[in-house]
Amino acid sequence: MLDHSLPKYRVYRDLEECSNCGVCIHSCSNGVHYKSADGVAIKADHKKCVNCLRCVVMCPENALAITEWPQVGVGSSNWTLGYMQDIAKQAQTGAVLLSSMGTPNSYPVYWDHLLLNASQVTNPSIDPLREPMETRVFLGSRPNMLKINERQRKVVSKMPPQLKMNVPVMFSAMSFGSVSLNTQKALAMAARELGTFFNSGEGGLHRDLEDYSDNTIVQVASGRFGVDPHYLNNAAAIEIKIGQGAKPGIGGHLPGEKVTAEVSGTRMIPQGSDAISPAPHHDIYSIEDLRQLIFSLKEATLYKKPVLVKIAAVHNAAAIASGMARAGADIIVIDGFRGGTGAAPKRIRDNVGIPIELALAAVDQRLRDESIRSTVSLVVSGSIRSSADIVRAIALGADAVSIGSAALIAVGCHQCGDCYRGRCNWGIATQDPNLTRRLHPESAAKRIVNLVRGWNKEIEEMMGGMGINSIDSLRGNRYMLRGVGLNKKELEILGVKHAGE
Amino acid sequence: MAVKPIPREGDVRIPSGCAISAVMDKSGKRHDGSDILKSIALMHDRGNGLGGGFAAYGIYPEYKELYAFHIMYETHESRIQTEAYIDKYFMIEKQERIPTESVASIKNPPDIWRYFAAPHPMRLNMSGLDESEYTMRHVVHINSCIDGAFVASSGKNMGAFKGVGYPEDIGEFYRITDYSGWAWTAHGRFPTNTPGWWGGAHPFTLLNWSVVHNGEISSYDANRRYVEQFGYLCDLQTDTEVITYLFDLLSRRHGLSQEMAAHIMTAASWEEIDKMSPEDAEFETALRITYASALVNGPFSVILGSEEGLLALNDRLKLRALMVGEKGSMVYMASEQAAIEVVCPDAQNVRSIEGGVPFVVQLDEVAQRKMNESAENIAKETPLAHETGVLPPRRREATHA
Repeated sequence: MLDHSLPKYRVYRDLEECSNCGVCIHSCSNGVHYKSADGVAIKADHKKCVNCLRCVVMCPENALAITEWPQVGVGSSNWTLGYMQDIAKQAQTGAVLLSSMGTPNSYPVYWDHLLLNASQVTNPSIDPLREPMETRVFLGSRPNMLKINERQRKVVSKMPPQLKMNVPVMFSAMSFGSVSLNTQKALAMAARELGTFFNSGEGGLHRDLEDYSDNTIVQVASGRFGVDPHYLNNAAAIEIKIGQGAKPGIGGHLPGEKVTAEVSGTRMIPQGSDAISPAPHHDIYSIEDLRQLIFSLKEATLYKKPVLVKIAAVHNAAAIASGMARAGADIIVIDGFRGGTGAAPKRIRDNVGIPIELALAAVDQRLRDESIRSTVSLVVSGSIRSSADIVRAIALGADAVSIGSAALIAVGCHQCGDCYRGRCNWGIATQDPNLTRRLHPESAAKRIVNLVRGWNKEIEEMMGGMGINSIDSLRGNRYMLRGVGLNKKELEILGVKHAGE
Repeated sequence: MAVKPIPREGDVRIPSGCAISAVMDKSGKRHDGSDILKSIALMHDRGNGLGGGFAAYGIYPEYKELYAFHIMYETHESRIQTEAYIDKYFMIEKQERIPTESVASIKNPPDIWRYFAAPHPMRLNMSGLDESEYTMRHVVHINSCIDGAFVASSGKNMGAFKGVGYPEDIGEFYRITDYSGWAWTAHGRFPTNTPGWWGGAHPFTLLNWSVVHNGEISSYDANRRYVEQFGYLCDLQTDTEVITYLFDLLSRRHGLSQEMAAHIMTAASWEEIDKMSPEDAEFETALRITYASALVNGPFSVILGSEEGLLALNDRLKLRALMVGEKGSMVYMASEQAAIEVVCPDAQNVRSIEGGVPFVVQLDEVAQRKMNESAENIAKETPLAHETGVLPPRRREATHA
């Protein structure tokens, strides 16, 4: 059958600079670069390029750049080249289109329409270089009020278990299988160094990571891969994954290409088989079933570990989150629809779910209307791109955020969106030993630590500017936000005033 | 001639600077308002004539079992409506106009009344609420639902006297030298904008609480959204209002001592907690985790008045001035030392209050009683506001709604 698909990218090679060293050939697992028949010049098979930028970064002569394929569309805003190419691909394969990472579509990013406040005259800003600045966060459920003995300075009522984080950032669930063991190791090391948590994802916990249990959140998803008492107890907390922002309504997808011997052992599934998690948990068909699973997990871990429940941001997220709190979730995690994924059907990724900003604002307000916001913790994820996004998220009402894509970008990911094929040139979303060894856990961990430390310093600066010296006073403090370019309904849902008001 | 209306306090949030002052006799002996008047008048320049007021404790001994409502009316209709409402939910023993003096600088005062009343026994019983919660919710209802009426104070054997003007003129207007109380607090305000009405003046009061405050808290909206979960409505959008509600929640409802409530609002820093013994650290950590959103941030100095006495509190970084001095059973507090010395030139132990360390002055008999009480707090199991239906529907977050 004639392949109608066009290349997406074009490799531009500056022939004056290129020294024919061949680094690009060795860099590319997709086989883009090759020596021409004469054995001297290096050519490119443009169609294979995914724009991961490995060759561009590695090229010692700076001779390479990736450009868009210069083909114009037909000029129709309706039948864009993108839609036509998708049809061509499906006409050829008859399959569901797969995709990776967050949706590239141009939906509104509300973070970019929220501006932060700073103190002037009537109250002083606080200088983080000279005054203490607190970014420590605890996650878990808590009583509405405490029973104490004031003279003995002792707590009479028992506090539920808490997760202590020195920074308001943790790492999102990325399973062994979707990412390499080296990637997970880097995240685990970084989490330990920073005093925060990484998340095993739904792929079980590799034995090499068991040392990091104090900084590990293990996930229980619909596939239940690798779940046993040892797994549950080898963590600081347990997360029940109901949904993921990039693919609400369906389960995880791990293509068989990535199920190597190690992955198969950790997940407890046959080597080379696709691991497609069921869309729902088959023991959760309603909210009361969720309660049973939450308490089964608490029983299995002697009520010593908080249980997180993660859902994708969907239309009715506020009511669902309130139900989750009432079902016994200690920490509610909401993942917005711009969040990343190792593999998801493209149509689901690009069309299902709602932006995290609106979901967060609605969930936080609903929990307050129900008088239960202070009894649970709220974590949001799904495209947190900078420290300013974190400040906005906390001011809207989150306790902390979780980052996935940003942590991967720190270690080399360039968001090419080709994770599902398992050929990641950066050694992240692959199980090929020739590629995974490109990612050194120690140096990758250092990069992640640097990123989060840098962000935390920026958070301190922004808080200090607002005259706030503890992140507790930023949480839900929407007065510190103003909208720009938003309509009345959007402002109402976000619970913020417009700039100038 | 039509006048373009100025946005009123409550419609907008108005940052302010202030002078605060307090006088108390720990023995419970009552003194007239002349000392507090002199003290706050000295700090004239810390206000700008757009707000002043006083709170006094022990002024109505003959009605000490009854709630004393001080209510300001902007219109005749609002009085008719409010009195009908109070009549339905309370038994009024006595009602009268609060005596006032005409003062040249005080323009266009509202009609100000006081009522001595007890909750209607049957309605109280059916509400499922205790007496104070019942009264509080009806006071909040009047303030947010009856246009033109504002309850300036609602405690027992206490009252607030406040308005738009310099505090010394407000004091003269209300003839506060005619009253005698065992504790007085005063406030002179420097709002950046015109508050537009008398309800915006301070002290802010609720039940027996009164709060005078100097500062601008940066945690305002975090604190507001925290207390609004529990049925408080922050209609005035002022720091003083939210600080009062925090004390009410932590102390009256959760049963913590005022000192512990103040400690929660200015919690120990993590740096300090990390250096504590494991037992102390566990206690402080539990307080911080449970009451994270009750932490008050940004510059403030506060004097809280109640039936127990006074409590002074400064923010953790000590970004606002607050001095204290003592002589015998008398305790004086003020934003400036001179405002203490003007009424008590030989005050002893004059010092500034430390940041984040509550300074508590209790009536001798209260201090005695507390020593014999249990140190464990007993919470009041209060039904949620949306279960009892006294309060209006929750305000939407944005002003556009």
